[in-house]
Amino acid sequence: MDEKLEALREALYALDGQTATAISTELIEAGVEPQRVLQEGLAEAMLEIGRRWNAGEVFLPEVVAAAEIFKQCQAIVEPALLASGGQTLGHRVVMATVKGDLHDLGKNMVGAMMKTAGFEVHDLGKDVPADRIVEAVRELEPTIVGLSALLTTTVPEQRGVIQALEEAGLRRAVKVMVGGAPVTEDWAKQIGADGYAPNAPEAVRVALELAGSERPTG
Amino acid sequence: METVLASPNREVVIGPDRPFVIVGERINPTGRRAFAERISGGDLEPVREEALAQVRAGAPVLDVNAGIPGADEVDLLVRMVKLVAETVDVPLCIDSSTDAALEAALAVYEGKALVNSVTGEEDKLERILPLVKRHGAAVIGMANDERGPLPDPAERLAVARKIVQRAADHGIPAEDVLIDPLAMTVGADPDAGRVVLETMRLVREELGVNLICGASNVSFGMPGRAELTATFVAMGRMVGLTSAIANPLSREMRMATLGSDVLLGIDRYAATWLRTLRAEQAAGAEG
Repeated sequence: MDEKLEALREALYALDGQTATAISTELIEAGVEPQRVLQEGLAEAMLEIGRRWNAGEVFLPEVVAAAEIFKQCQAIVEPALLASGGQTLGHRVVMATVKGDLHDLGKNMVGAMMKTAGFEVHDLGKDVPADRIVEAVRELEPTIVGLSALLTTTVPEQRGVIQALEEAGLRRAVKVMVGGAPVTEDWAKQIGADGYAPNAPEAVRVALELAGSERPTG
Repeated sequence: METVLASPNREVVIGPDRPFVIVGERINPTGRRAFAERISGGDLEPVREEALAQVRAGAPVLDVNAGIPGADEVDLLVRMVKLVAETVDVPLCIDSSTDAALEAALAVYEGKALVNSVTGEEDKLERILPLVKRHGAAVIGMANDERGPLPDPAERLAVARKIVQRAADHGIPAEDVLIDPLAMTVGADPDAGRVVLETMRLVREELGVNLICGASNVSFGMPGRAELTATFVAMGRMVGLTSAIANPLSREMRMATLGSDVLLGIDRYAATWLRTLRAEQAAGAEG
């Protein structure tokens, strides 16, 4: 079984979607815990690909292709995860790329990793205006809201969303995390965000920390 | 159709029968942490250096962007524009998403600037176009709107059409509108190149206006970035691209644009091409 998980990771590195989905199906049908397939197979492979990306060993098209295969495999594993009662954390996360910004690669990656870590993720998409984020926070009552911005011109919108949450009286009801290439720890502090992460694995760590101090949602 | 930009003593003309115009992209803190830290700390020396280096490399126009999260953009952009105008005599492309910063920078700039940018969004059109008109500037119109990035070139054309029309309503002639067909990252979307090139062709055929785009975005996350971006610009030129916000320090970029000038018979008898290569050779012999 460990060899199978290894083969699943290798299939992701090789960007071989057919093999990766076949192995995922095989593992689930063989009754392997879906949590293990997610963590030790898929998530570990994506972490490794993230490391290779940061090190300049793989390039953007490869990261995008791997993320696509990850999603296909996740879709195979998810029903089994839910059927098994799931080992979800009971914490909800709302994510969005802020208004004016069309970059969603990083956000999608963080969303996928959060899901794998057991969060219930609601992705509002990209170019999302502050009022829609406020509305989602009101309706879904998430533990965390994650705001992504990739342009220096759209990063200020993260502050806009925090202000909109304050005006709606919801700021204290939710933890706000910010990220994106131009975003820094200083900026996060300056706008009063609760968390910042420079990459997806770190985002999951920070989210778990923030969630740890909160009661599960819903 | 020809767009004229001007600094106090120099005019630059953008048009299909003119040498390709590279708008130098490097005075921009986005993704450059050291540069951003120095200028937000009040040290504008890197701005001066980038202005000189880009103009020496042949950039006829420079983009100036002061977008640093948390910084006072109005004040910073004004100081940067003043410094660049003192340092080099080329027209500027004033780049901000903040109306107040655009307004303040246009007010201190002596020349005909290019404003970067307006989109097809209603509120943006109504805020930016009067500003462009009042200062006699030209403007970049990005072919997207509140719907976000449009996957269909025909939809992008429709936004471009709207921007050109609305500019005319504000008394800005089509010559002073450059359409940006939106170059997305080909490493993230395999169709990004085809879509932007097709948009260029449609805009040229129907509107005939000049086209500009942030070319470097195409090659983000790829090895061989300089080569890929230069290839994109050369291909774009065949379907209507007449200028690009790009890196003039990239030899690949300079050669691609100068080469296309030769191949289209714009650089007559390859005078500029030969002068450039002879200067390189001479510099190489000295070094």
